[in-house]
Amino acid sequence: MVPQDLRYTKEHEWVRIEGDLATVGITPYAAEQLGDIVFVELPDVGRTVTQFSAVGVIESVKAVSDLFAPVGGEVTETNAELAGAPELLNSDPLGRGWMLRIKVVDHAQVDRLLDQSAYEALISEA
Amino acid sequence: MAQSQNSPLVTPLADRHVALGARIVEFAGWLMPLQYAGILEEHRAVRSRAGVFDLSHMGELFVEGPEAANALSYALTTDPANLKVGRAHYSMICFPEGGVLDDLIVYRLGDERFMVVANASNAVAVSDALAARLARFRVVLDDRSLATALVAVQGPRSAGILAPLTDVALDGLRYYAIAEGHVAGIPALVARTGYTGEDGFEVFTDVGAAVTVWDAVLDAGKAVGAVPAGLGARDTLRLEAGMPLYGNELGRDTTPFDAGLSRVVGLAKEGDFVGRAALEKARAEGPRKMLVGLVVRGRGIARHGYELFAGDRKIGVVTSGTQSPTLGVPIAMAYVTPSEAGPGTIIDVDIRDQRVPAEIVPLPFYKRPV
Repeated sequence: MVPQDLRYTKEHEWVRIEGDLATVGITPYAAEQLGDIVFVELPDVGRTVTQFSAVGVIESVKAVSDLFAPVGGEVTETNAELAGAPELLNSDPLGRGWMLRIKVVDHAQVDRLLDQSAYEALISEA
Repeated sequence: MAQSQNSPLVTPLADRHVALGARIVEFAGWLMPLQYAGILEEHRAVRSRAGVFDLSHMGELFVEGPEAANALSYALTTDPANLKVGRAHYSMICFPEGGVLDDLIVYRLGDERFMVVANASNAVAVSDALAARLARFRVVLDDRSLATALVAVQGPRSAGILAPLTDVALDGLRYYAIAEGHVAGIPALVARTGYTGEDGFEVFTDVGAAVTVWDAVLDAGKAVGAVPAGLGARDTLRLEAGMPLYGNELGRDTTPFDAGLSRVVGLAKEGDFVGRAALEKARAEGPRKMLVGLVVRGRGIARHGYELFAGDRKIGVVTSGTQSPTLGVPIAMAYVTPSEAGPGTIIDVDIRDQRVPAEIVPLPFYKRPV
């Protein structure tokens, strides 16, 4: 399944915008690069984040990586499953491994994100 | 064989690792497999079945001659004269100031023949130090590190995998014993040693035979679910087993006493050895820091370099840490001020500017079922 409705950051987050709500995760490419993910730290619900700021942490066995917000706004929900099952980021990063939802304040910010073909070009150059 | 400072070395199994889809990293000047299927999967395979490791980057130094035992007793902290032929022990080579130059395993192959196995990161330094320290004795030092391959199979199914491939009677090979024989028809040294906390074997052969041995062991292991395992799993396994890693728990600024390894300091042995005076002084003064285990009781992983606090006082630093695949909690090894080191003490770890509670526990975290 090649998702066509997603946008991406250069740091390998994906975002799906439905109305005012943005659902965020990391891409299969990112999960593969990180290796086995063992710990996830997500921002508190209610926190306001700015676009491209570091809002959380993803830890694999060997390394710590920041999670960056693809858009700015208020965090409305985080995926409670990830605390007990961080491996969902490896097994289903686009589905059950979703990480957080943000209420979008400025839809123009989406223009700063990569579309599908731009992201595919980014990872094929890597 | 000249070793360029800049281009990494490759083991004889490099092509095999690439073909198996390994992620290759540079470690101690070598290109090595970090992982194949994944660190967690490989770790669990070793704990429940078996993993096969390429450790050809390690150093193998042979010491032979009528004064071999005495020479090594002078060069190292232990007394290899105490070893029976076919037995091995864990040892250290220290600087004259008492700090650790490397941790080693010394194997006695004969009355006058020993093999010293050093960490890849220190193989050249150990070779140079031994050459200098052995110079006054009637021995020959033969550094065969670059001519020797090492394939390890580790895990509860190891003996069943290796037995059909070797003429060494594994039933008679105790933990920390070594025997000469053949594996897959290749002349080999087979040692019952390892760095995982599981039963297992380390097979030393000439580099030219490495592929034959690797293929045979992996093939034999398929039937019981053995997998190739890389340096990532090697690290999580040894950490669970409470084993120190040079560069993390051991270094020039630590004595064996700091690391809780007074058992390798043979102050009762006859004759001088390098570091004796400094180590006698260190023992008399007591340790300046103590190596402890930590289990993080809050959320977060304590990693190398993270600082430890009791209230506002900094009391130590993490040397190694990870999420323990077997225990399911974050574990770490750390040096703490001796007065703060009691098991059960709750201290704080600074994890990215947050103080997270952790409990001091005795090592190891994991012991294999008897």
